[in-house]
Amino acid sequence: MADQTNIANAARQGWMGLLARAPEGALMALWSKYDARPDFEWLRSPEVGGVMVRGRTGGTGAPFNLGEMTVTRCSLVLNDGTVGHGYVQGRSKPKAEAAALIDALMQTSAADAVRAQVISPLKDQMENAKTDRAAKAAATKVEFFTMVRGED
Amino acid sequence: MYVAVKGGEKAIENAHAWLAEERRGSTDIAELSIAQIREQLSLAVNRVMAEGSLYDPDLAALAIKQARGDLIEAIFLIRAYRTTLPRFGCSNPVETGEMACDRRISATFKDAPGGQVLGPTFDYTHRLLDFKLAAEGEVSAAPEGQPRTEATPHITEFLKGEGIIQDEPASDATPGDLTREPMEFPANRPLRLQSLTRGDEGFVLGMAYSTQRGYARNHAFVGELRIGKVAVEMDIPELGFAIEIGEVELTECETVNQFKGSKTEPPQFTRGYGLVFGQSERKSIAMALVDRALRWEELGEDNLGAPAQDEEFVLSHSDNIQATGFLEHIKLPHYVDFQSELELVRKLRREAEERITPKEAAE
Repeated sequence: MADQTNIANAARQGWMGLLARAPEGALMALWSKYDARPDFEWLRSPEVGGVMVRGRTGGTGAPFNLGEMTVTRCSLVLNDGTVGHGYVQGRSKPKAEAAALIDALMQTSAADAVRAQVISPLKDQMENAKTDRAAKAAATKVEFFTMVRGED
Repeated sequence: MYVAVKGGEKAIENAHAWLAEERRGSTDIAELSIAQIREQLSLAVNRVMAEGSLYDPDLAALAIKQARGDLIEAIFLIRAYRTTLPRFGCSNPVETGEMACDRRISATFKDAPGGQVLGPTFDYTHRLLDFKLAAEGEVSAAPEGQPRTEATPHITEFLKGEGIIQDEPASDATPGDLTREPMEFPANRPLRLQSLTRGDEGFVLGMAYSTQRGYARNHAFVGELRIGKVAVEMDIPELGFAIEIGEVELTECETVNQFKGSKTEPPQFTRGYGLVFGQSERKSIAMALVDRALRWEELGEDNLGAPAQDEEFVLSHSDNIQATGFLEHIKLPHYVDFQSELELVRKLRREAEERITPKEAAE
């Protein structure tokens, strides 16, 4: 049971993190094409706030406060009682609402459809963008040559 | 002394209307969009986020537009906005070792695992004005290599293996937050780092430069400089576990500094640390140098009386919003203050004249 809970939590961490980091345009474009939108009621309507981001001294030491970032959050409940939470970077209330609805749907029988139409294509887009940057970085990696000196 | 003054409403209103017009500039020229500023003036946006202490590129771009490009004014706008935000919580410390690096260089190890990755740097450009940019034109795509998928290890990890560099043991201590409690001295290192990362880039640069010129010289090497994105994770009480709530671009600098050793410590390298929002390379190197200079006491070094060793001096003067607020307030009406000073000087002059005049009469 505990293991199943951990597996379910890990999966939920995965999609919630993806939704939080997703570019708004990409998420909303995919979400707008998903037509089986359920009714819901707000538990907490979208609100914009700040989160203090922390670092560590020397990268590994004691925590320190680096500065804040904007975050929008909301919570809602579907008619069947499923609760969805949205925590997304930035100040977009529509994005937070989409994230909370998707979080709720991913816990229902609609999960496969939402994964196929929203989560997977979004993940692919974001991974491609990350790989593109990594590829450009790789092209700027220095190859050293040892200059031969001497008078033989 | 401040005294309420009435009047000037019409003049202020008209000044603001003219400000809006001047901000727009000639209407023959297309207006700048927030997205243009965010994408094409991204290093200015980064500076406003770092010193405004709020990571939100769109807001920083808006602030730059509103401030007509005056970055300190833009930082002021961001700081003011920041105070209106409810605080949802604090993140777990970011894992910079997991950073997706755009740039990663070391001045100490040529063959560091992960390599020397230059990234989109100004270094090695000739600093000649490029007049091609004055004309519009397409940019060709940057070449691509084999992308690195694994994390890039920190350089200091290799020195740590030998025990030849001072350790940074992890802790879960809750750091002080200078946005919540006023700074008190002596401050600890986490508070100093918070203050430095939001400090004025020019001031922190000047302080760092002073250490290089010999005012508490600490022989810094850039052990590592890395720029890239890290995920930000926070515990969510309603879920009972942590999730990623976004990602931020950071610049991290670790310096490796000479250290002779002390009564309790064998000779080893010590460290300075810089971590700044955005691509902020100059600022993060400067931060690391000043961090190292301020650590003289904990490392058992001598106080040489250098400005960069004086935490009260450095931290009290690094904030450009505090500084500009106090500096610029002297241009605001001080009529009553000045009136009383005027009265005083006239009275003193009168008295001085009276002291002289009777003498002259006697002669």
